[in-house]
Amino acid sequence: MGLQSFLFYYFAIVIIATAALTVSRRNPIHSVMFLVPCFIHTAGLFLLLGAEFLAAIQVLVYTGAIMVLYLFVVFLLDLPSFRIKKITHQQTPLAVLAGLVLVVQIIVLTVVAVFPRPAAEVKAPYFLGNTEAVGASLYTTFLFPFELASLVLLVAIFGAVVLARRERGEELP
Amino acid sequence: MQEELILGYLPILVFLIIVTCVGAGMIIASALIGRKNPNSEKISTYECGMVPIKDARQRFDVRFYLIAMLFILFDIEVVFLYPWAVLFDRFNPVIFGFIEMVLFIVILLFGYIYIWRKGVLSWS
Repeated sequence: MGLQSFLFYYFAIVIIATAALTVSRRNPIHSVMFLVPCFIHTAGLFLLLGAEFLAAIQVLVYTGAIMVLYLFVVFLLDLPSFRIKKITHQQTPLAVLAGLVLVVQIIVLTVVAVFPRPAAEVKAPYFLGNTEAVGASLYTTFLFPFELASLVLLVAIFGAVVLARRERGEELP
Repeated sequence: MQEELILGYLPILVFLIIVTCVGAGMIIASALIGRKNPNSEKISTYECGMVPIKDARQRFDVRFYLIAMLFILFDIEVVFLYPWAVLFDRFNPVIFGFIEMVLFIVILLFGYIYIWRKGVLSWS
């Protein structure tokens, strides 16, 4: 077994284990914390596939920022009342539906991967270096969407401030 | 090609292994050779300041969440800088790459000024 497949199995096993722990923990803070190794190992998988930029983003944005956001969502919720009212149980049908869709996707992808059609020959992507490849198309071909992205971020800043900021002197509800 | 890329990350793997060994080694070594004579003061939970009067599981101020959201937004801005910095000397002409990023940052700068003027960052 080569280094590559060893690393793949290591990352895959840890991802599955931490994901299982994330959904099975009763303490929501523990759940969120188990997402951290899950995200970091996903970055490792991206790296194995040669997607360096994606791996960097996975660590910077997901492990760094999105995790903080998840944690603050947990902080903001009034968790003891959730436990009493069993609010989370109302999501069960939707959660089962979403899970089923994912399972079907995984099955389809596995079948396609195990029994590849002989006609469809996958061309190996030209290996420029992932970050360069992303940049080369982002800053030339997709220049307009890129500048538009800054506007989207700007709108998000305004939205966040308007929604969450209280006027000075206003008391907590 | 892909093998080479992964081999380039081998130092990080070695680093992680050494870090894990050192960290685990410290815990194991102190558990094995450390002296233990616990008393009730020593093993009680350390608390500084006031004695806690309420459960810690209460709702936090939404302003913490606001700061986190603003952090994410500017984090994403920084992510866009990475491939740009890698490619910078290959823009043709170079000033083109410079201007497009300046435009990007200036647009977001308006957001920053807005946050600043609205007093979101001051914690009174």
